[in-house]
Amino acid sequence: MSDVSYIKRPNRPLHVYALSYLAFLYIPVLFLPLFSFNDSIYISFPLKGFTTNWYASMASDEPMHAALINSLKVGAVASVIATLLGILGAKAVTRYKIFGQRTVVSTIMLPLVIPGIVMGVALLILLSRIGINLSLVTITLGHILICVPFSMATLMARFEGLDSSMEEAAADLGDNAWWVFWRVTFPMVFPGILASLLLCFTISFDEFIMAFFLSGTDPTLPIYIYSQLRFPQKLPGVLALGACILVVSFFVVFFSQWLQRQGEFGAAGKGDHA
Amino acid sequence: MNGNDNYIVIDKVAKHFGPVRAVDEVDISVRAGEFFSLLGASGCGKTTLLRMLAGFEAPTSGEIYIDQVATAGVPPHRRPTNMVFQNYAIFPHLNVRRNIAYGLREERLAKDETRRRVDEALELVKLPGLGDRSANELSGGQRQRVALARALIKRPKVLLLDEPLGALDKKLREEMQLELRALQQSLGITFVFVTHDQEEAMTLSDRIAIMSQGKVLQIDTPSKIYNSPVNIEVADFIGQMNFIDAEVLDNKSGRITVNTAGLGKVTVPGKGNAARQGDSSIVAVRPERLFLSAKAPEKKANCVQGTIKTTAYLGDRSHFYVDVEGREKPVAVAAQEAGGNEAQSFELGSKVWISWQDESLLHFARD
Repeated sequence: MSDVSYIKRPNRPLHVYALSYLAFLYIPVLFLPLFSFNDSIYISFPLKGFTTNWYASMASDEPMHAALINSLKVGAVASVIATLLGILGAKAVTRYKIFGQRTVVSTIMLPLVIPGIVMGVALLILLSRIGINLSLVTITLGHILICVPFSMATLMARFEGLDSSMEEAAADLGDNAWWVFWRVTFPMVFPGILASLLLCFTISFDEFIMAFFLSGTDPTLPIYIYSQLRFPQKLPGVLALGACILVVSFFVVFFSQWLQRQGEFGAAGKGDHA
Repeated sequence: MNGNDNYIVIDKVAKHFGPVRAVDEVDISVRAGEFFSLLGASGCGKTTLLRMLAGFEAPTSGEIYIDQVATAGVPPHRRPTNMVFQNYAIFPHLNVRRNIAYGLREERLAKDETRRRVDEALELVKLPGLGDRSANELSGGQRQRVALARALIKRPKVLLLDEPLGALDKKLREEMQLELRALQQSLGITFVFVTHDQEEAMTLSDRIAIMSQGKVLQIDTPSKIYNSPVNIEVADFIGQMNFIDAEVLDNKSGRITVNTAGLGKVTVPGKGNAARQGDSSIVAVRPERLFLSAKAPEKKANCVQGTIKTTAYLGDRSHFYVDVEGREKPVAVAAQEAGGNEAQSFELGSKVWISWQDESLLHFARD
């Protein structure tokens, strides 16, 4: 027992706690793929038999495909624009002295704590007053609004971790502000930019409330799923779809974590001579 | 006015951060090819001054000329200066070769010409063959060399160094000091070096500017600064010094006679010193300029008896702290180690004689 230090010694009760915590988190989610292979339209035990019919039926579900494509479009545009705004905002508040800096940051972060339903109603009223028709564009606008704080938070951490002497060194070696950004700042915060894109995309992809208020005739995937819940016979198909989203999310998260690790050089070299 | 003697001219430069006067009306002229150090405690304004030379800060007032060109409004990337940063600022996303070649973008060199220049720079800083290393695989000393190569490849008129040796351990630091000095001499580039380490400044510099609270106290060669400090602050900052309260008795033909608290009546060389009879002043003397002996010196002048209070053994020399009458603080006396000499045999509490020469004493007016 002497080969582990006091602080690192194993602790059985904590292991049990950790395992039950994981079970509590993930067992409900695992029912999704389980019932998606069940040969019955009713979600109940005992399981009837194995089938891939629900997955097969997805292939021919045209409205679902349309909703999926809508969601991908909205997610792509919203994440790119939110991340661009996030880069500019994060660079501004971490690199320059701005009058009322704290207020600016709090204002940008505010959508995090405003309930989605309030934001949704507010935007709906505003848009209808101005006379803009509800469409994918309005959903995208709403999603940008809620994604920017997440993008800012991700990128501010990255910009703060970027030693300003790196940018000074680049300027000292002959680069103007434009080149400094592209040759030093951008590559060094790039993992943060990717993380922000993935995070914003995920948020937009599964966002329901704003989309519910702001969608016109084209639903996004969450709206479509919600609309299908009214029809019991459609439920197993929704489960199959949910299972697919689960698997894709898993890979996206895995990929973004891997990217973050690849990008850890951005912070390296700071610690060894503090 | 000679261009070579005034290669860098810092003319009444001040930098205020809000109410703080980080740099307060500083005048410095640096000669071409000189190794010039800015020495002072942290917060004395030396780094701010260096950053103004690099163009990262703009002076609140005053003007800086480099090779007779005014630098006001010239951004860092248009200045003939390059900097070695305190933390080296090696770009972590580039390998060593790309780090060193970073500043060559504007020269639009052919690939093999860039390669040749980088290899040359690597050779110069004694890192041949390390070009393909990633920045994260470098040790502290290697990072320092890469930072140096990256700055020197630009062939700057002035190389600015911001405590570049501070992060290295003692052995490596001493090695790098010698290399840096040799490099500077062989390249003939003007170096402006910021440090808080007086030994480092003494070892490396042709001249040193001592800074304190935004002001320059003295600009001189290391030996002048050590042996003839202009005021008590410089005398106190550089090396060890005994300060003894004194009262002026007489001042004529360049010699001041003072009555001291501890050393008795002494005569101090004081050409041009305005001390007048009755002035309260301070006499200063370096520990190594005092001599210890067990027996009274033959001449009765310039000596005083005391008791050994503490000793400190420092390897190459020993410091003895001697209590003398009329003075609360013991007088520090340094004795060089010279193969079983007498100095070693002074025991605590033993009676000793301290003696000195007039020329070893410095006289300062009280602030």
